[in-house]
Amino acid sequence: MPSALPDGEPMPVDGALPAHALAGAADRPLGFYLHVPYCATRCGYCDFNTYTASELRGSGGALASRDNYADTLIEEIRLARKVLGDDPRQVGTVFVGGGTPTLLAAADLGRMLGAIRDEFGLAAGAEITTEANPESVDPAYLEQLRASGFNRVSFGMQSARQHVLNVLDRTHTPGRPEACVGEAHAAGFDHVNLDLIYGTPGESDDDWRASLDAALGAGPDHISAYALIVEEGTQLARRIRRGEVPMTDDDVHADRYLIAEERLAAAGFGWYEVSNWATSREARCRHNELYWTGADWWGAGPGAHSHVGGVRWWNVKHPGAYAQALSEGRSPGAGRELLGAEDRRVERILLELRLADGCPRDLLTPVGSRAAERFIADGLLEPESYEQGRAVLTLRGRLLADAVVRDLVD
Amino acid sequence: MPATPTNVPEPSRTDPALIRNFCIIAHIDHGKSTLADRMLQLTGVVEQRQMRAQYLDRMDIERERGITIKSQAVRLPWAPTTGEGQGTTHVLNMIDTPGHVDFTYEVSRSLAACEGTILLVDAAQGIEAQTLANLYLALENDLHIIPVLNKIDLPAAQPEKYAAELAHIIGCDPSEVLKVSAKTGEGVTELLDKVVAEVPAPVGKADAPARAMIFDSVYDSYRGVVTYVKVVDGKLSKRERIRMMSTGAAHELLEIGVSSPEMAPADGLGVGEVGYLITGVKDVRQSKVGDTITQFTRGAEEPLGGYKEPKPMVFSGLYPLDGSDYPELRDALDKLQLNDAALVYEPETSAALGFGFRVGFLGLLHLDVIRERLEREFGLDLIATAPNVIYRVIMEDGTELSVTNPSEFPTGKIAEVFEPVVRSTVLAPSEFVGAIMELCQSRRGTLLGMDYLSEDRVELRYTLPLAEIVFDFFDQLKSKTRGYASLDYEPTGEQRADLVKVDILLNGDKVDAFSAILHKDKAYAYGVRMAGKLRELIPRQQFEVPIQAAVGSRVIARETVRAIRKDVLAKCYGGDISRKRKLLEKQKEGKKRMKMVGSVEVPQDAFIAALSTDEGDGKTKK
Repeated sequence: MPSALPDGEPMPVDGALPAHALAGAADRPLGFYLHVPYCATRCGYCDFNTYTASELRGSGGALASRDNYADTLIEEIRLARKVLGDDPRQVGTVFVGGGTPTLLAAADLGRMLGAIRDEFGLAAGAEITTEANPESVDPAYLEQLRASGFNRVSFGMQSARQHVLNVLDRTHTPGRPEACVGEAHAAGFDHVNLDLIYGTPGESDDDWRASLDAALGAGPDHISAYALIVEEGTQLARRIRRGEVPMTDDDVHADRYLIAEERLAAAGFGWYEVSNWATSREARCRHNELYWTGADWWGAGPGAHSHVGGVRWWNVKHPGAYAQALSEGRSPGAGRELLGAEDRRVERILLELRLADGCPRDLLTPVGSRAAERFIADGLLEPESYEQGRAVLTLRGRLLADAVVRDLVD
Repeated sequence: MPATPTNVPEPSRTDPALIRNFCIIAHIDHGKSTLADRMLQLTGVVEQRQMRAQYLDRMDIERERGITIKSQAVRLPWAPTTGEGQGTTHVLNMIDTPGHVDFTYEVSRSLAACEGTILLVDAAQGIEAQTLANLYLALENDLHIIPVLNKIDLPAAQPEKYAAELAHIIGCDPSEVLKVSAKTGEGVTELLDKVVAEVPAPVGKADAPARAMIFDSVYDSYRGVVTYVKVVDGKLSKRERIRMMSTGAAHELLEIGVSSPEMAPADGLGVGEVGYLITGVKDVRQSKVGDTITQFTRGAEEPLGGYKEPKPMVFSGLYPLDGSDYPELRDALDKLQLNDAALVYEPETSAALGFGFRVGFLGLLHLDVIRERLEREFGLDLIATAPNVIYRVIMEDGTELSVTNPSEFPTGKIAEVFEPVVRSTVLAPSEFVGAIMELCQSRRGTLLGMDYLSEDRVELRYTLPLAEIVFDFFDQLKSKTRGYASLDYEPTGEQRADLVKVDILLNGDKVDAFSAILHKDKAYAYGVRMAGKLRELIPRQQFEVPIQAAVGSRVIARETVRAIRKDVLAKCYGGDISRKRKLLEKQKEGKKRMKMVGSVEVPQDAFIAALSTDEGDGKTKK
């Protein structure tokens, strides 16, 4: 079951933004996130807003169909153009995520990107990423993507071990994601990411090392490594509750994180966000950096979240309801929140502290500063960076980032 | 059903020879209230349609638990259907006695107002410890005993067996034990006849100055304090000025009358009569159980015997879970005290729990009932510290201290410490004797004696330190005897004991709420148990937290809460941000509900859980 949307105020029918949200927009980067809410099967650990064919049957009917999904989403891109009015910005990053974007025809992904190019224009050197399922791409598909303008691809590898993939309900065979990296390079992609998950029930330290080594061996320039989060309402949560698989201890997660840092650093990868490593500054995911630096992005698709100038909004979750709204010329927005100055300060701390660049010291109140000094003494913040005006987590601090944030925002 | 008798004698003009004052001694659930209900019906004072179960028990808690805390007296007209007094309307005053161990003194005053008692025992269960203890009290008061087996309609009833047991205990013939069913009414008419035939009429001097004994005192929010009395000598009349002999305080009799069972004003009360009076006082401590009332002018010189000030035996710190509820807690205690002369309290501050009260109780049930009333009637959420008793500490320099709270236990050179002891009676099926002895021995008990009440039922008498039974003794006793054992105890004095204070330290800081005074042989076990419990209850912090149990500066147990190593969400992308900020706000709210002990954050739940018994609910059920 997909997770719930936040509470907020209702969204205006036409999706209009308050004038202040667009003030000074020209100085901020603008990106697009395109959500593809389809999967062939649902993985046991996943609570994302995605639907299998059988989950959609009978609800929303033809409107929710994946065959005309690209057209529906293009409607929202056109709506975005109207809402942003005479905003002169070109789009610097596009990220297609899901679900499984590669369940759509490569031509559909290309048309969606084309709509953005038509309505807004793509900035020179724009980063255009899609997530891809190792089982649903082949060299021809990748070449088609590359030809339509995509230049970065992110594969869901998760693990190199069959028994771990089984617990996660991932259907690809070990070795396939690594092969994908080569195919992507051959197709001309500049940047390739592999997503990994650690701490899956039944995974050992050695399994994890093997996954890291396999991923590194394939030669991507970016690796995301996430601790497995057991979300309420997922199949995996039920299996753990029934005692069928063991819950992974937080200490094990901490050990695995340290293993990841050690292996990745040795291979020349540097962390730039708590769960993200890249071979160089250029290899970082610029689109994700928008999220962490308070920039603007438009999230199109069911359940997608957007942020423009201190306004956060989110779309209705169901593909049927989403398509219905757009077909009637309404905004698919389900709710929104207008951030006050304090909200934005708190968000900046909680997001920027996760980055290797840290957050500026001047965001902290005197109480927060005293907490920061305590964290320096406890070895959770870097003393030198703090001297230079930024609060930056140490390796141990990265593992306790949420605890540090709780006190820094005081 | 007999009709309401005619020629009912009026209050203040009733010949003492026609009066029978009696009470019913019974264990909880043995059917006392049902029997009382039946008597109300048979004597016609309550009409059928008004009848509701347990008519005389007024408080919700009493009704739910099926126990009686406050007693009342009901005047019942009864013309016997047989025997010498046949056809003559007598006045039966049924005095309801509190049914619990903590209220022994109040029971003794109720008994002192009677000349006879019905000893009511469940024919399927036999006599229980508290009943036996109250029976002894009745015998001390020279009451005539009418043994009765109830619930003979139950399939599990064994009337022959338990008649023999009762006969053995009170020394009568088994055939003299009356068999009734309060539920069906079978045998109740015969019982009422027997009360008239066997219970002696009260004897007093009609022309002497009035002397009336207070056997109960109840606060009513509309009428003020309603005082229940038995007139021993002389006569009290309406609008008369009276004097409380223990304090000398004078009051006017605004109203005097009898309950039948609703209050009915009368001209007065004469020798042997039982009734109520209202003086307009607002606090039961101005109208104390056991005190003697006389006329203000030309009153009696000598009070009736037996008056005692109520004395709290068990103390516990009560703290509002939410510190801002402190004024509400104070108001609630003030209100409860209006109706409870034995309830005492004073403000107390705990570094760990904040502002609260140290509250003194007569015993375990009293504590339990008060706490439950505070939570239920006043909507308060409370943390209660482990109950403790009063210790008398004598220092080497000869100074003496009375300690009701472990944090007051002196740290200097102690010569000796005395603790209160009780004489306890346990009744149980004989198969559990071993388990009971083991339990009592582990609680530092000394066996005083053991008697077989019948072939398979045993009475065990132990001297036990009160401190050993105030916490979970009763729960343990019940669980070791599959619920069959019953317990009664009465304070008998004090004894010298090797007692020490065990402190619990978190990261080197003492947590006052967890300190306990214990026998030195038990200090280690307490320290290990508490440290172990806290290790489970205290969330991991960013640093390692040592938990120590110490006697003075000597550490006797140690546990460690390992430092938390991971507290970070793996993913934080566009859709996670609003949720994450809201989660952060929630976590900060949660942090406010943490209590800081030094630098350690302790959730309030941890205090509650650590202070509860191992069974987990923290209450001693009676």
